[in-house]
Amino acid sequence: MATGDLVPTHFPARRAAQVALHHLNTRHGSPFRVFGLQQVHKATAEDVGTGGRKYSLDFSVTDYGSSGSVLRCSADVLFPRTEKHSPPEVQLHCEGLQQISSSPEEEAFYQKHISPDSAVSAHDIPDSYGNISQDMKPFWHLARVAASFIMLRESSENTEYNMAQVANVSQQETSEKQLMLKYHVLLHDFVSQEIIHWKLLSSWSPDGGVRVLETEWQPKCPHATKPPSAN
Amino acid sequence: MRLYLAVFALLVAVHCEELFNGDQVLRVLPESEDHIQALKELEEDVDSGLDFWTHGFSTERPVDIRVPQDSLYAFKDFLMENNIPFTVMINNVQELLEKERAEMVNNEGMERKTKSFNFAAYHNLETIYAFMDTLVASHPNLISKVNIGSSYENRPMYALKFSTGGVSRPAIWVDAGIHAREWVTQASAVWFANKIASDYGVDPSVTSLLGQMDIYLMIVTNPDGYAFTHTNNRMWRKTRSVNVGSSCRGADPNRNWDAGFGGPGASKDPCSDSYHGPYANSEVEVKNVVDLIKGHGNFKSFISIHSYSQLLMYPYGYTCTDVPDKSELHAVGTAAIKELTSLYNTRYQVGSICKIIYPASGGSIDWTYNIGIKYSFAFELRDTGFYGFLLPANQIIPTAEETWLGLKYIMGYVRDHPY
Repeated sequence: MATGDLVPTHFPARRAAQVALHHLNTRHGSPFRVFGLQQVHKATAEDVGTGGRKYSLDFSVTDYGSSGSVLRCSADVLFPRTEKHSPPEVQLHCEGLQQISSSPEEEAFYQKHISPDSAVSAHDIPDSYGNISQDMKPFWHLARVAASFIMLRESSENTEYNMAQVANVSQQETSEKQLMLKYHVLLHDFVSQEIIHWKLLSSWSPDGGVRVLETEWQPKCPHATKPPSAN
Repeated sequence: MRLYLAVFALLVAVHCEELFNGDQVLRVLPESEDHIQALKELEEDVDSGLDFWTHGFSTERPVDIRVPQDSLYAFKDFLMENNIPFTVMINNVQELLEKERAEMVNNEGMERKTKSFNFAAYHNLETIYAFMDTLVASHPNLISKVNIGSSYENRPMYALKFSTGGVSRPAIWVDAGIHAREWVTQASAVWFANKIASDYGVDPSVTSLLGQMDIYLMIVTNPDGYAFTHTNNRMWRKTRSVNVGSSCRGADPNRNWDAGFGGPGASKDPCSDSYHGPYANSEVEVKNVVDLIKGHGNFKSFISIHSYSQLLMYPYGYTCTDVPDKSELHAVGTAAIKELTSLYNTRYQVGSICKIIYPASGGSIDWTYNIGIKYSFAFELRDTGFYGFLLPANQIIPTAEETWLGLKYIMGYVRDHPY
């Protein structure tokens, strides 16, 4: 494992940056804001006393949600080296993040779907041909944000997670002032090339952000008994 | 070729049907000055009805003459009496004209079909195979369809061979769709096929390349997998072979090559998406390509197209040790990416497989590099994960266009650096 300066385009730096990105999305993602990695500028890595490995990163991200704006970020990502998998720890700072607050689009979207008549239900987002209707895009973004909780938790130096598709989404009734959404998402781990299915229950409101309340791994093969990260 | 041009010119000049029925074209071989003199006199005699296609007589070259039906016996008698050797080149000029016209009409129809093909959409296997046929039919002198063998489920595996002649010329191999779910690759390859066909004779680089080298383009390298992504599981990656003792099917065709087989980055679990298979070349799809490459023996470049991640990579995947030609390959890759990016500003990274994505053993370009095909590259096309495998169809053409610039650069470099 390389220590010290890392080549920014090589995979160790990129994987760590993706982890930082998952963290960023869990904290700041919304139906109209979801970040993707644009470029890693600088990266270093070192072993830390407790047996883990810490990456320090300087990278840029793009907001795919609506604005397309590019933010410059720096992050420390610690991958613990424990016998049983434990999630990486991320400290992150991005320029201009504080200024981002709830937008009119988010408010409108919230009002539209918090009404008792709203009962959204859809599947295959995008479909096989990459199509997503405009109506479904915010739900797609929300899925990506919610999936980021799982991806962050499951990540290690030997994974590189992305959300491949939303198998289905259905809105749940609730007395809370939150959008409650049940999702079945397909994650893609670039390293193993596996498609991993997860079901999750998430909530969102403009003030509360995205929270994930329940997650459940869906086995692919009949004989498999535990999620990949537990191996 | 010249003969057909002359026949065509006749057709155009006369604009009418049935004028050459029974006419023959004779090839006369003068052997002496007497023969030459006789032919000269005949040519000057306008009433003879003979239509000389060659002018200027010598004993070194044959003379082609169209002889109207009415004059045939007389002229043949004349030749035989004077011991002037001849052969019948065209038995019935009218018949040939009609055959040619029918072929031209057919070719025009095929051209229209390929021009009306929707390149900005994803198509199923049947449609892609039909496209290949129409492309070949409309460019019969440039493209042929090579059946390299059958897939596990007995589907034919076709490569399009672009060639202007020669015997076993140095060749470039491009394959797409070895991983079934990477739909933008098959779609881009369809576009490349059409692009090469229409660029030949128009683009100087492509034209000079095809003047010296052949291109083999395999649009669907994993037809069983591709069919399965349409009928059952859009996210299927592997082949569809049956694994003994497992309910899971298929092996990863890009972990199945004989290069570090069974090493890092490949799984021994048949249910895994990176299962390497029971042994190297166990997958018939891989074996068919291996056999073609080895049998041909004169490939100079091997380029495999995947998605997604926007990367251009060179060997090795099975080890992070640099290949001996690393500097050159990295320079070629960097220049190719510059061309690609120039079109739509799409950002790509260059590096070896092992360092850029992951250690991955049993990969195709590692095997091809190790058997001496120096210019071995792998592309990962758009995007970087937002749509991933499910790239919207409206990105097919932009992806193909920019990738083509990178491909063209590599091919031009290969042409200019023979080894």
